[in-house]
Amino acid sequence: MNRQSQYMITVKDMVKKFGQFTANDHLTFNVKRGEIFGFLGANGAGKTTAMRILCGLSSPTSGEIYVAGYNVYRETEKIKRSIGYMSQKFSLYEDLTVKENFRFYGGIYGLKRRKIRERTGYLLDKLNFSHAMNQKISDIPLGWKQKLAFSIAIMHEPRIVFLDEPTSGVDPITRRQFWEMIYETASQEVTVFVTTHYMDEAEYCSRVSIMDRGKIKALDTPANLKQTYRVANMNEVFVQIAR
Amino acid sequence: MPAVTVDQLRKSYQDTVALKKESFRVEPGELFGVIGPDGAGKTTLFRILTTLLVPDQGQARVEGFDVVKDYRQIRHITGYMPGEFSLYMDLTVAENLRFFATIFDTTIEENYHLIRDIYQQIEPFKHRLARNLSGGMKQKLALSCALIHKPRVLILDEPTTGVDAVSRKEFWEMLIQLKKQDITILVSTPYMDEAGLCDRVALIQQGSIMKIDSPARILEDFPRKLWAARSNQPYKLLQDLREYIDLASVYPFGDSIHITHKRDEMDKQQLEDFLQQRGHPDIEVAPARPTIEDCFMDLMNQGT
Repeated sequence: MNRQSQYMITVKDMVKKFGQFTANDHLTFNVKRGEIFGFLGANGAGKTTAMRILCGLSSPTSGEIYVAGYNVYRETEKIKRSIGYMSQKFSLYEDLTVKENFRFYGGIYGLKRRKIRERTGYLLDKLNFSHAMNQKISDIPLGWKQKLAFSIAIMHEPRIVFLDEPTSGVDPITRRQFWEMIYETASQEVTVFVTTHYMDEAEYCSRVSIMDRGKIKALDTPANLKQTYRVANMNEVFVQIAR
Repeated sequence: MPAVTVDQLRKSYQDTVALKKESFRVEPGELFGVIGPDGAGKTTLFRILTTLLVPDQGQARVEGFDVVKDYRQIRHITGYMPGEFSLYMDLTVAENLRFFATIFDTTIEENYHLIRDIYQQIEPFKHRLARNLSGGMKQKLALSCALIHKPRVLILDEPTTGVDAVSRKEFWEMLIQLKKQDITILVSTPYMDEAGLCDRVALIQQGSIMKIDSPARILEDFPRKLWAARSNQPYKLLQDLREYIDLASVYPFGDSIHITHKRDEMDKQQLEDFLQQRGHPDIEVAPARPTIEDCFMDLMNQGT
């Protein structure tokens, strides 16, 4: 695949089996550069399995899959360096300060000390959170933690960022501020791959795929999906497909 | 007698105040929702009501029993489903259920009618270990175990968090069925759209209850006229709306952006003209009905 291609993720016939169980059953989809791609599905539909493969953490059973132009079988280390990842569960070190978390993750991503300083300053400035640089994460409200975790996930300027239920449990105002950060990131040509259980958030995506029992059952823009299923919102689309 | 009475209840952990002198009542047979984000104080409140935590100040009663003095009685008459799955992973489905029935000195047979609709869905897997159940099945087992001693009050801490939209819907259908059996239900959730299924809800944020009422009354109390704006460029529309003077609030809401105006009457034409000039030829502005989430955000803003 051409590394400058319009697609940041290409997945063709992806299969992942655990023994007799097929978690991903011939998934085929592409994600465009700068797109906000919503990856929805019922619990146990196979989303996490697929996401782990795309992040280079697990190998598929078969299929042809490229992430940021890299092969998921052979180039997992390159993939890991090209992507950012955040989830509600795996985020920041509570006993480190804000600044220390940036320094730690910057080091993991292999950034030079100067670059870490530069990116930390820039991202905290944009969040209007520079004043709290030396506070411990454990003393910071959840909403802020989520925004900081997102900033850290993009600190090494990845081409794709994977967000696994990033807004779970945060208050409705913070949840919206978080989506503004996503919009802004996508407007800078970063591809955003996101899962959520909030169906109003599915409306904010450029395109949405809906998985059920290992298969992709629908994939389109929210507007087209609503039209196809003749319903008023994404919640009803989801319920029709996954019930 | 109310099923639950909470009077000036306060609880803090070191420097963090989890509940700030809150008071409310839940009537018998009510389906009462406690709605708010993580860290609002929902779990603290439920742990006090289930006698697992002692409040710093204030009083709480469940079916007339004091949560501190009469904790033994309360444990007999309440069913509790904590936020984390807390059944025995190394027991089977049937063993877990029997265990809880035995602890409460009853049998599965005696109260089977209460759990039948829920338990039947997992009964085909009754010899499976709890650890091998899917999320949805675990949830049904946990609810069955919380019900097996025929509690008068059922307390469910975030039963639908992290659960997909379809399973959430099914879970609420189960609760509505249970309500018919004269069980008082207290349920907490971070999902605002679930409020509409409750008889009354408490909207809670940072240890304070901002409002308690029926969902319909909360919606009626929304203080301003709400509008929804739509265009093909939602992110740009959001930024442009922020620059329009006299808007009191601007929030993305699914495929539209909800706005309120500082004055009672907003000149819709003027706003549309402004947005067309900003490059939204397809702009659409129409009156909208507020949701509980609109109300929640409005109350949050009033608080700050």
